[in-house]
This record gives sequence, C-alpha cells and structure tokens, in this order.
Amino acid sequence: MTTKEMTSHLEEALSRWEEQTLRPTLARLPERAAEFTTTSLRPIKRLYTPLDIQHLDFERDIGFPGEYPFTRGIHPTMYRGKLWTMRQFAGFGTAFDTNKRFKYLLEQGQMGLSVAFDLPTLMGLDSDHPLAEGEVGKCGVAVSSLEDMEVLFDGIPLEEVTTSMTINAPAAVIFAMYLVVAEKQGADWKKISGTIQNDILKEYIAQKEWIYPPAPSMRLIVDTIAFCTQEVPRWHPISISGYHIREAGATALQELAFTLRDGIEYVEWCVRAGLDVDAFAPRLSFFFNCHNDFFEEIAKFRAARKVWARVMRERFGARDPRSWMCRFHTQTAGCSLTAQQPYNNVVRTTIQALAAVLGGTQSLHTNALDEALALPTEFTAMLALRTQQIIAHESGVVNTVDPLAGSYFVEALTSEMERGCYEYFEKIDAMGGMIAAIERGFPQKEIQEAAYRYQQAVDRREKIIVGVNEYVLEKEPIEVPILYIDESVAEIQKERLRRLRARRDNAKVHRTLEALKEAARGTENTMPYILECVRAYATLGEICDALKEVFGEYQEPPF
Amino acid sequence: MGERKIRVLIAKPGLDGHDRGAKVVARALRDAGMEVIYTGLRQTPEQIVTAALQEDVDVIGLSILSGAHMTLVPRVMQLLQEKGLQDVVVFVGGIIPQEDIPKLKALGVAEVFLPGTLLEQIVNVVRQSVKRSLETSE
Repeated sequence: MTTKEMTSHLEEALSRWEEQTLRPTLARLPERAAEFTTTSLRPIKRLYTPLDIQHLDFERDIGFPGEYPFTRGIHPTMYRGKLWTMRQFAGFGTAFDTNKRFKYLLEQGQMGLSVAFDLPTLMGLDSDHPLAEGEVGKCGVAVSSLEDMEVLFDGIPLEEVTTSMTINAPAAVIFAMYLVVAEKQGADWKKISGTIQNDILKEYIAQKEWIYPPAPSMRLIVDTIAFCTQEVPRWHPISISGYHIREAGATALQELAFTLRDGIEYVEWCVRAGLDVDAFAPRLSFFFNCHNDFFEEIAKFRAARKVWARVMRERFGARDPRSWMCRFHTQTAGCSLTAQQPYNNVVRTTIQALAAVLGGTQSLHTNALDEALALPTEFTAMLALRTQQIIAHESGVVNTVDPLAGSYFVEALTSEMERGCYEYFEKIDAMGGMIAAIERGFPQKEIQEAAYRYQQAVDRREKIIVGVNEYVLEKEPIEVPILYIDESVAEIQKERLRRLRARRDNAKVHRTLEALKEAARGTENTMPYILECVRAYATLGEICDALKEVFGEYQEPPF
Repeated sequence: MGERKIRVLIAKPGLDGHDRGAKVVARALRDAGMEVIYTGLRQTPEQIVTAALQEDVDVIGLSILSGAHMTLVPRVMQLLQEKGLQDVVVFVGGIIPQEDIPKLKALGVAEVFLPGTLLEQIVNVVRQSVKRSLETSE
C-alpha cells in the first residue's frame, strides 16, 4: 500500500469507528466536558491515531538518541548510562547555616549542589544596605563578600562537586567569588564544573531581578562566556531559563518559545562579539519548569531538543554536534504547590518529576511540600530528594530511552509545540529580536494574559485544583512545621561586614574597583578585573555599584 | 457615597520581583469594578503610604513572597497610623507561614491571602471589608 492509500484506509477506519462505536456511546454517555484542555489551556483531542503523525518521518524527526535532532535525548544510552543529577536548590540564613545544609544533602546522596541566594545578593546589595532590611537570609543565603563564599563552601572540595548557582544580574561577581574560593582550595579551574544562571533576559521578562540596562548586561554575560571558554572550560556560564517565565504564568509553549528565543539572542551577541559558535555553544545549558500536565510537559522537553538542534545547525551554522544539544535542568513547578493541604504537594511533585525524567532532563530539583508556605525544612527537603530516588530506582522508567516516542499523542503534541515555537520566533524576529520585544513588553504581556486566563479557569472551576476549589477542608488536618529565619541573620551579616571593611586593605579595594570601572568603560573582558576586586575582598555591593556608575540602572518601561 | 468606586492600591514592597499574583489580583479587582492603582516593583513602605494618601485609596493590597513580611508590614501599618490613614483596609498576599497570620492580623491587617486563594474570594472580602470600614467610620 502507498502512504496515500494507507492514509485513506485509516481515515475510513476512523470514520467507521466514530459512526459505529463512538456515536452510540456518546448518545448514551456524554463526555464530562465540551472541551478538554491541558494546564496551559491547550485543547486536546479525544483520540490520536497515526493520522496525527503522518507528517513525521522516523529518521528525520524522531530518530535515535544522541543524534540530530536529539528528539529522544542527548545521550545514546540516557539513564541506562548515567542517572540525571539530583540537584536540590538550597540556601537560607548565613553561609554557615547553608554550608551545614549542603553537607547534610551530600550525606543523603545528593549528587550536586545548587545555591539559592537571598534577595539582597540577587540584587547586588550587601546585607547592610538599607534596602536589604527584612530580606537578609530569607529566601536564600546571604553572600556579601568572598569571606561569605569561603564559609559557604568550607569543607566541600570544589574539584569534586558540581555547583549550580542561581544568580543573574551580579552573576559575574558571584562566579568570581567561587573561582577565588576554588583557587584558595588549590582546585584547578580547568577541572571544576558547575553552572551560573547568568540569564538576564528572563529577569526582564519574568523574575524582575535586574540591575543594569540590557546592553551592558548582555556584555557582562558575553564576558563570562568568553572567559569560561578560555579559563574554566568545564563550566556552564549560562543557564537559559524558562522556569521563571512559567512561574510568572506563561503557558508551556510560551515558556519553551521565549526561553529558546532568549537562547538565540545570547548566541547572536556572542557571535557578534567575535566568538566562534562551536567554541561556546557546547557549554550553553537550559533550565525548564515542569508543571502538572504530564504529556504536555514531556512534549515540551522533546520539542526543546529538536528546535534547539535545528536553530544551532541551520540558523547559526554550528558544526560540532555538541553545539546542537539542548542540555537542561528541570525544577518542578513551585506555582503548582498549594498552601491548602500541603501534603498533597508531594503527589504533585512526583507527577512532575516523572514527566521531567520521561522528557530526558539532565538534572532535576524536586520542590518540597512546604514551599507554598516557607523554605523547606531538613525533613521536607529530604522527602523531595527521596521522591527522585524512588523514580530512579523503583519506577523502572529509566530502563529504556525515551519510552514515549511513537505515541501518537506525544508525537503530535511535540510537533504542535515545535510549530508554536517557530511562530513565536517569527514574531519576535520581526520585532527586531528579544531585547526589542522586551522593551515593548511583548513577552511580559503575553505571560500576564495567560496568568489571568489560568486563574479565571480555576475560579470558574473549569480547572480543578484539589484542596483549592474542590475537596476543600475547613480545617487543615496536619500542621506543617516551618523553617523560620529570624533577624539575627541580618545582625550577624552586618557585624561580619563591619569587621571585614575594617580589616582589609581598603586602598587596594579602591584601586581594584577603579581598574574595573576603567575596563567597563572600554571593551576589555571585565572578568579578570572583577576577580581582582574579589581577591581584595571588595564586597558584592561595592563591585556592583562600581559597575552601576558606568552602566547605569534599568528602568522597566511602562506597559 | 454608595456610588463611589472602591479605590485599591496594589503594592510590591521590598526587593521581591514576583509580581504574577499582584498583577492577577489587580486585574480581578478592576474587572470587579474597582479603581486599582499598581505601584510597580520594589517600593519602600514610605513610598507605599505616600501613594495611598495621594491616591485616596480605601484598600491597600501588599504582595510579598520573599519572607520579609514581618519587617515590611509593621512599617506600613505604623506609617498609616502616623498619617491618619488607619481607616484604610490592608490585605497581605504571598508566601506567609501560618504562625505569622495572627501576628499580622494583630497589627491591623484585615486578611492574609495564601497561594491558591480564589479571585472571587478576594473580591468578596475586599468589598465586605470596605463596607464595614465605611460603616464604622461614619
């Protein structure tokens, strides 16, 4: 039979089924809703058949793992070779507190570290800055100087662990602090590995922790990427993040499209700065969210790999297959957690983690059940890690590569995601790129609209959230113990900073900061100058302020 | 008085940039017929109270997800007292541990909304509180 004959045969078979089997059933037992949609409110059909994937060619579109277009995964053996890295995001209080938590997590079998910084640190402010009041050590660890970083990694050999650091606007400074700690430990920069998030575009779009305007921010990012290719070759100098875009209310497709378009923007800037695409692209990494809608999320991950591979090969002409690979970290969706009946969050997180694994993630953070209320306690953090360990060792989903390939539904959804992505790329390209799109508020408005539509669907009970708009309890059956960070953290930090400023060589601090400003005004790579400031124990705030003098500050345009 | 639209200031105090909740709530209150002013990110308690005074609002909604609520909310409440704005109804929304809720209410916060609160509930509680506040002040 030719393909055409086969298609028409199937179409006939489907019509027959609809007529003879489906219709009488629907007459007797109507479906529960007129339309079924995903968490992102994407309509889903009743049934998927080979007709939905007839545009796909196995070798061209699905293919083999470890080969272009990587739909099935970036490694030929996936989790049979190596499990994903279980990397739990942690950080609170002082560097002393978080150092203790890190050691605990490593003892529990965690494979890599992931640092959460507090808001002042994320904004490039020292703990003793007036705007830091009430925020020190609250949603992450407070790091104001090299001294804090030394405490944070005390007793943790940096050549042996990999560390991910969620830091963006001041990423170059925090990275420099990490490198100097490594240097002091005698670790070889050529051997250390980890990731800095260093993704400012999604800050403008979603998370909103920016310092400088787009152009100098992009320059700092290009500087770190260029520096890493030379000096820290195993480091991932950027983690292009959809996580926060999703948390801000984006749909799965918007998360995917905006994140990959951000990736394109970074590659364009690096290439324009004179870097060879194959020199840095293999070190780019991504970070996605994983929400509740199981198959939509899996399709998103598979589409991410396929779209990125094509972008890198066709749009940028990358030739090294490693440049085509979309390697990514996943975190389960914080915004899916409920304050009501918080124990239910363990179940939500398990479903999400399973989708991330079936989607082929390289590393994973599972949220703790209490995160709609506060930072996780030691117990809930362990339970979240155990969730991953159970999936890895007991569920059996790791035994084969990309087990959902060939599913009519999953492949059709993957194709839809892919198409939707290219449509967004076209729109954003037509606007003049992602920075131009951000300046006119395009991704921001799309996300706000989606967030509102979703909340309305929940309010109208078109989407049921267990314990929130259905199965509600008047009184919580179990009280969740809470990790509480008090103001003593801020006091300790202020005192440490006071002593540091009195003890260090302030003339040297001044000299290194002046040299950095000079470099920032020119076109030299700023990283070596930032390293000198850090070695002299200039604080995070002092270094960021020096750059503010040269670069100015970002103001969000009204829209 | 009954015809006057309820005026609401939605504010983001502190360094927290998570504005999804603030924006969704602002829109829901607007769709429910209220006048809503959104301050934008990273406002100090002083800026928020000044805006409340200038805009002559009935309600302030403070959105905080960073854990700094026990520092920021008392400052706002104190400044409202000082400016003679104690009739303004204050709501807090965000990541707030259970044990802080009675403390915030003791400061005069009318209600604390946690993740998962339905918009309809927020709209209703805001309407009722403003009604109560007007009745007691008349």
